[in-house]
Amino acid sequence: MRHFSFHSLIAESINAHQGWKRQWRAPEPKPAYDAVIVGGGGHGLATAYYMAKEHGMRNIAVLEKGWIGGGNTGRNTTIIRSNYLYDESAAIYEHAVKLWEGLSQELNYNVMFSQRGVLMLAHNLHDVQSFKRHVYANRLNGIDNEWLTPEQAKAFCPPLNTSPDIRYPVMGAALQRRGGVARHDAVAWGYARGADAMGVDIIQNCEVTGIIRGPNGAVSGVETTRGDIRTPRVGVVAAGNTSVVMERAGLRMPLESFPLQALVSEPVKPVFPCVLMSNAVHAYISQSDKGELVIGAGTDQYVSYSQQGGLHITTHTIDAICELFPQFSRLRMLRNWGGVVDVTPDRSPIIGKTSIPGLYVNCGWGTGGFKATPGSGHVFAHTVAKGEPHPINAPFTLDRFRTGRLIDEAAAAAVAH
Amino acid sequence: MLLVTCHYCGDRPEIEFRCGGEAHIARPVDPSALDDKAWSEFLFYRTNPKGVHAERWNHVHGCGRWFNALRNTATDVFLATYPMGDKRPDLETGVK
Repeated sequence: MRHFSFHSLIAESINAHQGWKRQWRAPEPKPAYDAVIVGGGGHGLATAYYMAKEHGMRNIAVLEKGWIGGGNTGRNTTIIRSNYLYDESAAIYEHAVKLWEGLSQELNYNVMFSQRGVLMLAHNLHDVQSFKRHVYANRLNGIDNEWLTPEQAKAFCPPLNTSPDIRYPVMGAALQRRGGVARHDAVAWGYARGADAMGVDIIQNCEVTGIIRGPNGAVSGVETTRGDIRTPRVGVVAAGNTSVVMERAGLRMPLESFPLQALVSEPVKPVFPCVLMSNAVHAYISQSDKGELVIGAGTDQYVSYSQQGGLHITTHTIDAICELFPQFSRLRMLRNWGGVVDVTPDRSPIIGKTSIPGLYVNCGWGTGGFKATPGSGHVFAHTVAKGEPHPINAPFTLDRFRTGRLIDEAAAAAVAH
Repeated sequence: MLLVTCHYCGDRPEIEFRCGGEAHIARPVDPSALDDKAWSEFLFYRTNPKGVHAERWNHVHGCGRWFNALRNTATDVFLATYPMGDKRPDLETGVK
C-alpha cells in the first residue's frame, strides 16, 4: 500500500500524477478462507479490516454482490452522533465516535470527519422532557450533550427559524458538539484499502447464494455466483438483505426491510454550519462539502427491496424543512434515492452469534447504521475472530428477543423511527 | 406512491392506507402454553422476503376495512388482494 502524504502528493505532481495505483486488488476467490464476510459495505469492510489488524486473520475474504459501498453506505445522510439513551447503545455508538475521531490517521485516508455538531430540535413539551432526559443520561455515560434554549439554538444554527408563529415552534434543542458528518464513500474505500494491504481479498460481483453446512450442522462454506468457497466462519453483514441471506441458512430473523429515502439540493455556498435533526416534524439536514444540502426523510410503511420509496414521504420532509428554513424553499432538489434498511422490533442492532455454529450476524442497524461503522466493525471482528462477543456488543444478541432483555431505543426516542 | 387496490373500493392512492405488516400471523390460542421461543417468534420474527409477500392493509382513510394483499417486494407490484380470513391465493394455479 502506498502511503498517502504531502510528500507523495508533491512527488506525483512532478510526475503528472501517472504513478497512482489501484487502491485495492480485484482477486479471484480462493477455494478456502479462514473466514468470509458477506457484504462489502462500510460495516463489512471495517469488520475485515479489524479482523486482519487486531486479530491477525489475513486469510479472509469480503464477498460483495455488487460493488463495495454501493448499498446503504453510499445512500445515507452521513450523520454521526452517540447521544443515545440507554447504556448499551451509548457504549457502542460512543465506541464508534471515538474511533471516528482517529480514523483518517488510522487508515491514512481522509474520511473528512467533521465534528460540526448535531442539533436535535424539541417542538413540544414531551420532546423537551425526553431530550433533557437524554442529556442527563448521556452525561452519566460520559458523552457530551447539552441543552440549548431557542435563542442559543438560533445562535448555533443561524438559518433556523425560531419564530413562535411557525406550526411547530422550536422550544429548545439538544446539542452534541462532537457529532458531525463524514464522507461515506471514503469510509468504504479507506477500510477496503487498509484491509487489502493486509491481505484481505475483496471480491466484488460475487453474491452468496447459499450457506453450506457440515455433518455436525456447523458452517463449512458458502455457495456464490463465482463458485463454492470453503470456510469455517461466516459473518453476515448484509444490511437490508440480511433476511434473504439468512433464509439461505434456514433461519428466520426478527427483521423487516423498509425503504428509507434521502435527497440532495443543488450545490450552494456555505449556508449551513451544523447537522440539524427534528424528529417531531421529521427532517434532518446538513450541508456537504460540495455545497449540497443533504436531507433525510423517513421510512416507507411497507416492506420493500426496491431501493425507492414514495414521493409523499420526501414531500413531507421537504414541508418540514421549508417551515424551519423558509429561505430553502427556492432551492431545487437535484436527486433523491432510497436504501433498504433492516429494522428490528426494538430499533437496536443485532451483533453476535446465531443458532448455527460458525455463523455470525451483524444486522438490524435500521435507519442509523452509518454512524456506527467503525465501532460495529471493531466489535464484530472480535466476535467472529474469538467466537465470543466483545463486552460492548454482548447485550446486542439475537437471543434478547426470547429473553425479553430488549434495548428499546424505539420507545426511548419518543417518536416513530 | 403506490396505487393500492382496496379489495372493496378499487384503486386508491397509498396515502389512504395503513400497511399492517405481514399477514397470516395468528395470535396463539393459549399464549400461556407457549415457551419463550415460540412467543418471541410470534411477536418478533417475520418472513421479510425479497419476492412475494402476504401483508395486511387497512383502508383507513376510506372504507376503513382490512384486507390482505400479495405484493412483490422487489418491484412493489401488487399481485392479488383478498379478504381477511381467506387463505393465501396460489398465484401459479390461480386457485383461491
